[in-house]
Parts: sequence; structure tokens; C-alpha cells
Amino acid sequence: MSDTNTFDATDLAEIERLTAKYPEKQAAVLPVLWYAQDKFGHTDPSVQKLVADTLNIPEAHIYGVVTFYTQFYEKPMGRHVLDVCTCLSCQVCGGYDILQYLEEKLEIKAGETTPDGEFSIQSVECLGACGYAPMLQVTNDKFVNHLTHKKIDKLIEALKAGKKPEFESNRMPQHENGSE
Amino acid sequence: MTNDWKSYNPLLLPAIKDLHEITVYEKNNGYQALRKILKDQETWSPNNVIGEVKAANIRGRGGAGFNAGLKWSFMPEPDGKPRYLACNGDESEPGTFKDRKIFEFNPHLFIEGSIIAAYAMQINVIYVYIRGEYRPFLKKLQKAIDQAYENGYLGKKVLGTDFSVEMYTHMGAGAYICGEESSLMESLEGKRGYPRVKPPFPAQRGLWGRPTTINNIETLANVPLVMNNGADWYLEIGPDTHPGPVLYGISGHVNRPGVYEYPAGMDIMTLINDVAGGVRGGKKLKALIPGGSSTPPLRADMLEGVSMDSDSLREAGSMMGTAGMVVLDEDTDMVDLIWRISHFYSHESCGQCTPCRDGTGWLEKTLRKIKDGNGELRDLDLLLAICHRMEGRTICALADAAAWPVRYSIDRFRDEFEKKCRKTVYAVA
Ligand SMILES: Cc1cc2nc3c(=O)[nH]c(=O)nc-3n(C[C@H](O)[C@H](O)[C@H](O)COP(=O)(O)O)c2cc1C
Ligand code: SF4
Ligand code: FES
Repeated sequence: MSDTNTFDATDLAEIERLTAKYPEKQAAVLPVLWYAQDKFGHTDPSVQKLVADTLNIPEAHIYGVVTFYTQFYEKPMGRHVLDVCTCLSCQVCGGYDILQYLEEKLEIKAGETTPDGEFSIQSVECLGACGYAPMLQVTNDKFVNHLTHKKIDKLIEALKAGKKPEFESNRMPQHENGSE
Repeated sequence: MTNDWKSYNPLLLPAIKDLHEITVYEKNNGYQALRKILKDQETWSPNNVIGEVKAANIRGRGGAGFNAGLKWSFMPEPDGKPRYLACNGDESEPGTFKDRKIFEFNPHLFIEGSIIAAYAMQINVIYVYIRGEYRPFLKKLQKAIDQAYENGYLGKKVLGTDFSVEMYTHMGAGAYICGEESSLMESLEGKRGYPRVKPPFPAQRGLWGRPTTINNIETLANVPLVMNNGADWYLEIGPDTHPGPVLYGISGHVNRPGVYEYPAGMDIMTLINDVAGGVRGGKKLKALIPGGSSTPPLRADMLEGVSMDSDSLREAGSMMGTAGMVVLDEDTDMVDLIWRISHFYSHESCGQCTPCRDGTGWLEKTLRKIKDGNGELRDLDLLLAICHRMEGRTICALADAAAWPVRYSIDRFRDEFEKKCRKTVYAVA
């Protein structure tokens, strides 16, 4: 987006710490890209260049990594990215219905961002929450499970008000009467 | 064994409040297996630990079911240079959501198991690879790792002995293929996750060219159980050839979906009807995918007397996989379902091998055509021919994983596929 992306001293110290976990610097590419995406909101070519220069690794390599992994955003996304799982268990439990409801509600299609830049929607592969289908993930972070239209309405309202979802613990049904 | 499941007390995920806190874990016999081993290294030499784990026959819980101790024994003699343990928490096979339970509810059991594994293979660095989507769970694991460092189970001179071991977490960023062990290593090295050609196997040339062992999270969580109680005790749980507790992830059309812990070898109908509360809305059962999306679907009438262990499932015509069971009711559109699975594999193929890159794409396209009502009967033969040209011809097993569900569904639900195809003037082979 801009050429003004930089890492400050705190960032560089953190990157140093991340790199120290590995015998070779290149291994820190994923963690540093994550760090950059947390800071800048995406890993577009300007961020890729910054990461490349910081780690002293060819830009082409960084580009290759960013384009391989779906969670790195190659361009700026909405403030909240809603990843709706439509894979196997979610498919048979209404994942596509949830996706369609969201598309109609936000008036965009999967893969698009609302004009005000608030929301992006994506249809994604299994997120490892199959028993709590249908579900979605908010901006690579919290899972929202057992979705209904009502739950979606509430979620959108909360996100608009700047309230992020809490971590939802799914206890084992086996223990529901126990103490776990 | 399967009759007394109601009285079974979970071992991997027991109902103990706040077990994820190290103090609670320690109070409940936690880190005792590690202590026992490190205190008496004469009895518990690395080789003896490997021997015990091998005798227990912990079948790898990542999908392939390989004896964990046997895999450990493939590591060459130490040569003074680094060697690695990579713990596989990529958990991306559709239908699978069990390892996250360990991260959330009993992370120290897994950490203790990994430390014992590292000791047994004389490894000093452990990486835990976690899929990027599990960030909230990674935070929970990281907290547990920090506690283990504070209490002297990780770091320099573990419990005052000469054994030192570091444990680092590494987060993926959205790529199913990175669960494949050699792709995982590429990803850990900071690259695109392209699986490597084998041989050389990871024990010979793994991370940064050094000997490496890769184990699933649940596999490693079984290790302290074995070391605390002995291989003989472990072998008493579940079937002879597939012992131990298993985390069954049950999803789809059941009343009580979720992760359940019972011995391996549970009767499938008991799991569906009694454990998971039966098929939703009083509907009839149509099919079961027993162990994640790549395991061949079984028709309801094929499930009688079949149990969740590798022998029984092989006989029935499927596989144990990750024990991620997807239950499908009578209203399920199998063509739609198999198309979606094919879409998944087409999306996740890394693209290195032509049979896989092109094959998964053609499976998806052809199934989409049939699902949209534009298919012809000969397309079913085309699908089978594509499967045939994929299976066993690629660098990793993703191509096989993509072909099996298609091949076996056409075989087992052929009438449904045929019904979706238009009448055709061509003769069918
Ligand atoms: C395409 C593909 C995806 C895989 N994904 C996973 C995974 O997400 N988690 C896992 O533990 N193993 C996965 N595996 C299996 C690993 O390659 C490896 O066998 C396993 O992690 C070894 O651990 P175990 O012996 O303890 O099961 C996958 C294999 C293939 C071919
Ligand atoms: S089989 Fe598919 S996923 Fe595996 S290496 Fe080949 S192209 Fe990549
Ligand atoms: S299929 Fe949606 S979370 Fe697994």
C-alpha cells in the first residue's frame, strides 16, 4: 500500500527473538510474516519487501511463501475478515446457508470486501471445528461456533461496535456433568 | 472391552478442573513419568524407553497408524550435531478436531510426552508445528510451555540432570499439505510447503538435513501413560493390534457431536447411537466417513459389527485415519458431498506433481458437472480413470487421499451418481 512501512526498534528486537528459535534465519520467514501482518494488517508487496530486507532474504522467496499460504493477505482486507467454513462437516450442517446469509446481509460475495472497508467474507476449508458446525473464524483469530442467522446478526453488531468475540471453549460432551 | 465403555475413565483428557495449569497437572501425577526416567537413567536408558514405547505399540494418531516406538528406533546414533523432534499439530484433515482438545485441556500431558520422546531419541530441540488457524489454541499451549520452563522440565539441565531440551512453537499459515511430514519440515524451514521425495526419510535427512522424527500431538500424549503404567498395562486397553485410548471426533448429523475419549476399537454403531446420541432429527443413517475426509465412506449397511481400529476398518473397506468420524443422514446428497471433498483436495494440492495437480482439478470439475445436472454416465468412468492415474504416482499421499473418496463413493453409491447424470446415447462400458 504505502512505502512507509517500517519496523521500529521494538519490532526489530522481537524479530531477533523470533529468529533465535532456529538454526537458520530463513526459518523465521513465517513468524516474521505473521508479525508483520499483525502490525500492518496484510502482507502486500511493500510488506514483503520490508520482511525481505529485514531478514536479508530475496523478495522472490518471500513472495513465494506469502502466495502459498492462504492466511497471509496479499492485499489489504476488511477490518474484520469472516472466514466461513463450507468444508465437509460444515457443508452438511448448513455452512453454505450461513455463507449465503452473510453475503446477503453484507451485500457482498465471498472474496469481497464491503465498500466501507469493515468486512471481508471468505469461504474457507476445514478449520478444525467440525463438531461445532457451522462455524466461522474472525480475522485469523477466534472461532464462532454453532452459527445461526441470529448469532450472525449479533456477531456483526458486536464487531461494528468494536467488540471482538471471546474464546469459545467446547467442553467434551462426556464431561458435561463432570468437573472439567 | 467395548461393553464397559460407560465406566471408562478418560486418560488423555480426564475430567479434572483446570488440568491445563501445571500445578493441577503436577498434583495429578503429572511429570512423574519424566521424573522416574531421569532419576533412574540406568533402568531407563534412552534405548529402554524406546523399547517400552515400541512394546506398547502406540499406533500413530496422525493418520498412518505407525508404531511410534518403532519409528523412534529409526533415528541414527547421535553424532554430536543437532537432531530434532517435530510435533505435528497441523490438524487440517476435514472432520478432525481432536489435537486442539489436548492443547486446551491437557497440554502438559503432550509436553511431558514430547520431552520423554526427545530424551529417548537424544534430541535437544523440539518444534511444535501448529496450523495458523489454531492461534487461540497456540496461546494456550505456549502458556503451558512457559510454565514447564519455569518448573524446570524444559530448558538447560532438566530437573537438575545433564539432559537439556528446548521446545519452540511454530505457526503455519493456512495450508493443509503442511500436515504431511516432509511438507511440514519445509514449512518449518521457512519455505513453501512442498513435500519432499522419500527416501531419504526424515530420520536420515530431516530438518536442516539432520535426523528428525515427526509425531502427531495425540501420539505423543500417549507416551506418559505408557511410561507411568508400563506397556503391558497399555496393551490391555482396546484391541490387541491397535491398543490405547483414542480421541474420537464425531461430527455431522448426530445429536451430540464432539470429541470423545474411549478405548480404540469401539463399536461404530455404539459410538453413533449411544455415545453421540444417534442421528439428528430421528433420521436414518446413510453413511459414515470413519477417519477424516480421505478415508473411504462406508454405507450404513456396511457398518454392522465394525469397530474403530485399523483391522476392523480395513476389513470393512475403509481406514482408521484420524478417527474423525463424519456421520451422514439419509438426506445427504453424496454427489454434492464428494464434490466438496474434491474441491478441498484440488484447493490444497501443492501442485508439484502433475497427476495430483491436474487430477484433483479434473475430479472437481467433473463432479461439479455431474452435481449441476450436466453429467453423463460415461463421466463416472472418466472419474475412475482419473483416480487410477493419480493413485501411487505422486510424491506424497495427498493424491491418493483425493482419489479414494471418489473411487469408493462411485462404487458404493453408484445409483445416486447415475441418477444425477443425464440420459445418454453413448454406450456405457
Ligand atoms: C496430505 C497429508 C496430510 C497430513 N496431515 C496431517 C496432519 O494434519 N496432522 C498429522 O498429525 N499428520 C498428518 N499427516 C500424516 C503425517 O505425514 C505423519 O504421518 C504423522 O504426522 C506422523 O505422526 P504419527 O506417526 O504420530 O501419526 C498427513 C499426511 C498427508 C499425506
Ligand atoms: S501429491 Fe499433490 S500435494 Fe503431494 S507433493 Fe504431489 S502435488 Fe503436492
Ligand atoms: S468442516 Fe468446518 S470446521 Fe471442519
